[in-house]
Amino acid sequence: MLLRNDAPRPAAPDPPPLPLPLFLVRVAAGFPSPAEDYVEGQLDLNDLCVRRPAATFFVRATGDSMRDAGISPGDLLVVDRSVRPANGLIVIAAVDGELCVKLFSRRPDGVYLLPANDAYPPIAVGEGAALEVWGVVTWVIHKCVAV
Amino acid sequence: MPTFGLCDCNNFYVSCERVFDPKLNGRPVVVLSNNDGCVIARSEEAKALGLEMGDPAFKVRPVLTRHKVAVLSSNYTLYGDMSRRVTDVLRELAPRVDPYSIDESFLELDGVDLTTNWARRLRATVRAWTGIPVCVGIAPTKTLAKVANKLAKREPRLRGVLDLATHPEHVDPALQTVPVGKVWGIGPASAAKLAPLGVATALDLRRADPKQVRSVLGVVGARVAYELRGESCLPLELAPQPRKSVVSSRSFGRPVTAEDEVREAVAYHVGIAARKLRRQGSVAGVMTVFFHTSRFREGGTSHAPHATVPLTVPSADTVELTRLAGRAVGSAFRAGHEYVKAGVMMDDLCAASGAQAGLFDDVDRGRSTQLMGVLDEINDRLGDGTLRVAASGLGREWAARAARRSPRYTTRWADLATVRG
Repeated sequence: MLLRNDAPRPAAPDPPPLPLPLFLVRVAAGFPSPAEDYVEGQLDLNDLCVRRPAATFFVRATGDSMRDAGISPGDLLVVDRSVRPANGLIVIAAVDGELCVKLFSRRPDGVYLLPANDAYPPIAVGEGAALEVWGVVTWVIHKCVAV
Repeated sequence: MPTFGLCDCNNFYVSCERVFDPKLNGRPVVVLSNNDGCVIARSEEAKALGLEMGDPAFKVRPVLTRHKVAVLSSNYTLYGDMSRRVTDVLRELAPRVDPYSIDESFLELDGVDLTTNWARRLRATVRAWTGIPVCVGIAPTKTLAKVANKLAKREPRLRGVLDLATHPEHVDPALQTVPVGKVWGIGPASAAKLAPLGVATALDLRRADPKQVRSVLGVVGARVAYELRGESCLPLELAPQPRKSVVSSRSFGRPVTAEDEVREAVAYHVGIAARKLRRQGSVAGVMTVFFHTSRFREGGTSHAPHATVPLTVPSADTVELTRLAGRAVGSAFRAGHEYVKAGVMMDDLCAASGAQAGLFDDVDRGRSTQLMGVLDEINDRLGDGTLRVAASGLGREWAARAARRSPRYTTRWADLATVRG
């Protein structure tokens, strides 16, 4: 709309921005290429492994009592404190002042912390023992090659 | 009607250490300041032994040894990261969170259904997700929320939570137990001025004639009285500073995406905070720089970094603090986010005249003194032992400082906690 002073002006003062869809396909003069439908971002391990950064901690495993669950000495464990412990989950627990990694097992007669290695005994969490579940192990990161 | 919460961490530095070393639970624990000078945090067990905040380490050494008190050097990197985590959890649960110091935040709770024990669930969630125990006070005004929080911490039967918004019938009985000098914004001098009016408790102040209060304490004191009556009239910018920290922050007029704009805003807040420090005669031992996006709860891009900068020589020097804050922004900033607020917090304040000079300090403190009026003397408050070290010492003596700092469990790969498999 041209006005007396010839400067184009918007119909409304201070118009709100109008978001326009951004087409990610380059439209050539001919037909669009079926191969160029989507441009995607790069994959980020953080998005995969860390659901809630505020409650996610990394710890390092020692020992081999969880060998059969795929945890080797030196492995990096991703621990989410916002996941509730449940049967069959691998948890970090403070047992008598020390952080351990074990399998959580709630049975009718109480809670047990089980190893994943026949050479180790289960730990019965009785009334007396001081147990606090520190968090649930969601990922085990094992380095295969010495870099 | 607005509703406010105050959430603060119990014995924060000790609690951070206990998360990663459960052997510290149930024991007396103290954390020492920069250069292991004095006590800056105590567990309940250490408090029971008579250890006080600010006690010089050398002076209480006999007590520490006799009672096998666990002694740790301050690990601000860890505390800053844990502070960020607590704040992030609060941001997930409350509509608005305003950090007030490294271990306490105000919450705005408009629209939150506080019935069904909301405050208790908040406390349990923070504890579960971060390992940090907190106390929560909720009330129609910030001043009342502060009172509620203090009582929640003090009275074991409240188990860490007091909600005066949902239970207004508890306001008067609660206020009766608080001496007026302990009310946020009323110090000993103001309490003395109120005594002739027959005002001795917070309840008395709530019931007093606001005009009389105003004539004795001015508009600032009158504001406190109105707040105690449930009328919110204290924006955070006018709020009294916590004695142990100074904070300056503000929302941006429009979202900010450029790093140098964030840096500029942070520099502005450093200037404000440093000036507040100098005006009250304090220097700070740690500075936290923070900025965040708004769309935290809805998904979409969100970024809320907290960068904690330990100040090995406590400082209130705007030039030095601005330089350090700029570096912190540089390392924390990520392109592609719309930031809506920035600020800085200065914690671990001590008297400017008591600041200990560092041996490898690279700031010209003499010139800084002239510029900023900050005294730069060896701290005779730390006693003969410290003087001897400073005169003779380098190498071993210097290296002995911060000797018992725990690993940086959450910020260095090499420092991760180990779990026994």
